[in-house]
Amino acid sequence: MRSIFVIAERELKTYFTSPIAYVVLTIFIFLTSLVFNFFVGLMVESAGPRAMQAAQTGRPPEPLDMPGVIVQNSFNWVSFILMLILPMITMALFSKEKERGTMELLLTAPVTDLQVVLGKFLAACSFYLILIATTLLHIVVLFTFSEPAKGPIFSAYLGIVLYGFALLAIGMFISTLTESQIVSVILTFTVIMLLWLVDAFTRGSSSGLAKAVSYLSILEHLNDFLVGVVSTSHIIFYLSLMLVGVFLTYRSLDSLRWRG
Amino acid sequence: MISVENLTKRYVTKTAIEGMSFRVEKGEILGFLGPNGAGKTTTMRIITGYMPSTEGSVKVDGFDVAEQPLETRRRIGYLPENPPLYTEMTVKAYLKFVAKLKGVTGVKVDDDVNRAMEKVNITDVQERLIAKLSKGYKQRVGIAQALLNDPPVLILDEPTIGLDPKQISEVRELIKSLAGNHTVVLSTHILPEVEQTCHRVIIIDRGRIVAVDTPQNLRSQIQGGARVVIEVDGPAAEVLAAMKATPGVASVRVNTQDEHRSTFHVDVEGGRDIRSDLARTVVQAGWGLLALQSENMSLEDIFIKLTTAEESTPQAAS
Repeated sequence: MRSIFVIAERELKTYFTSPIAYVVLTIFIFLTSLVFNFFVGLMVESAGPRAMQAAQTGRPPEPLDMPGVIVQNSFNWVSFILMLILPMITMALFSKEKERGTMELLLTAPVTDLQVVLGKFLAACSFYLILIATTLLHIVVLFTFSEPAKGPIFSAYLGIVLYGFALLAIGMFISTLTESQIVSVILTFTVIMLLWLVDAFTRGSSSGLAKAVSYLSILEHLNDFLVGVVSTSHIIFYLSLMLVGVFLTYRSLDSLRWRG
Repeated sequence: MISVENLTKRYVTKTAIEGMSFRVEKGEILGFLGPNGAGKTTTMRIITGYMPSTEGSVKVDGFDVAEQPLETRRRIGYLPENPPLYTEMTVKAYLKFVAKLKGVTGVKVDDDVNRAMEKVNITDVQERLIAKLSKGYKQRVGIAQALLNDPPVLILDEPTIGLDPKQISEVRELIKSLAGNHTVVLSTHILPEVEQTCHRVIIIDRGRIVAVDTPQNLRSQIQGGARVVIEVDGPAAEVLAAMKATPGVASVRVNTQDEHRSTFHVDVEGGRDIRSDLARTVVQAGWGLLALQSENMSLEDIFIKLTTAEESTPQAAS
């Protein structure tokens, strides 16, 4: 357990000693703030017409959880932004170790391969949580100026965290396949796009196969979380995707040893 | 300390090492000598547990590398061919990380790091980024890394590569000072290095062990004994007879001959030094001893002889 933290600690420090952490944080904060700002504006604009409508009909406006709608729509966009950003978090995990020969240090140290993998994954997940935590600022704004329902916000965060962890595990696996960070980031991005697009391929078809394939769509499973539904099947989907990624990484290290 | 049995590593397209067996005793310095691509690095990678072997076994301090990898790795300090450095870290931060990775805890981390830095003389650069260091310093940081947690076995893959002559001799002295408490296996293709630092040498060529011995014995073994060139002022036939009678002489040949002086090539039976005996024989007979010289093949000659002789020997296709 200690070895995992030793590896994770070094990895996390590396994020912040290289420009990558700051680039990722800057892009993410800029884009998410833009999205948040847009939806807040939209809701404020729609408040006028709704009040007018209520005055005309003489009835009170239909209840609408405005902060909830803002969170739901913002997070929809955040999930897109993350598709672009997450590959940058995992691109160096193993490819850089391979490139500069430090892999030999890790794989001959008195630690197991699993500890190496989990240490790296822990670092990537920790950095991801820091990234996601920056959006809490928006939530603070919502709580300052309105009274949002807490449930959906909590479930949206749960969903986005699970979603991110699953993608990080896939990205980590891909980083073991190449020595080049550029290849790693592009390949990860491609795989994530495919996992997103399977949904589009199967739309409109109702065959069993189409259903099975669309089950793999990574975004599909996020929607329920964003509207406040926490369903076990979605949690299991993301967790299993994550475990597959971690397992593949582990196997990939083993194969690296054989190939030398 | 290390025992290697019938070690074989095959890749899909080529065999890197084949049927290698040897032992390294505690406190010994063993040198791997061979041309590039001979299988030195592969062998070391298998011993350190970086790579599994196709066949055969490696035991370090009684533990099998394949079955108890953590036990063996705990006992080995390894310097790979390219020092495994996190260049964005400072020397000290890097060494601390490696120490912790090797299981050093608490206050011992600082002590261990300081000890290793002192041993390779890099204390003055401890706060510098590794990326900014010269090649020689980087190499020494790599050696320091291997020394952390004071492992009983050190595996050093080309430890003096990229160093300037002064640093090379420093590193050699360091390695020599490690013998006794540590068992050292080092690889090199620089021959004087082996002669100066190693107790025993294993010459590897194309994945096979060609010879194992001390650097001194290797010389005499290959040559079938040393050769002495002697120049004498005296009657050639008599001198020849007298020399043949000297114990330890295998054969004598007249090389050049004129009225007064003759040069003889005396082949000596394996491993003996009979120069003083020869001198005495000549002087006691009243002849003039003009020159006496022992001709040693350098390890370089032996190495070339061994690795090229193999080439002409037909090998069973594996």
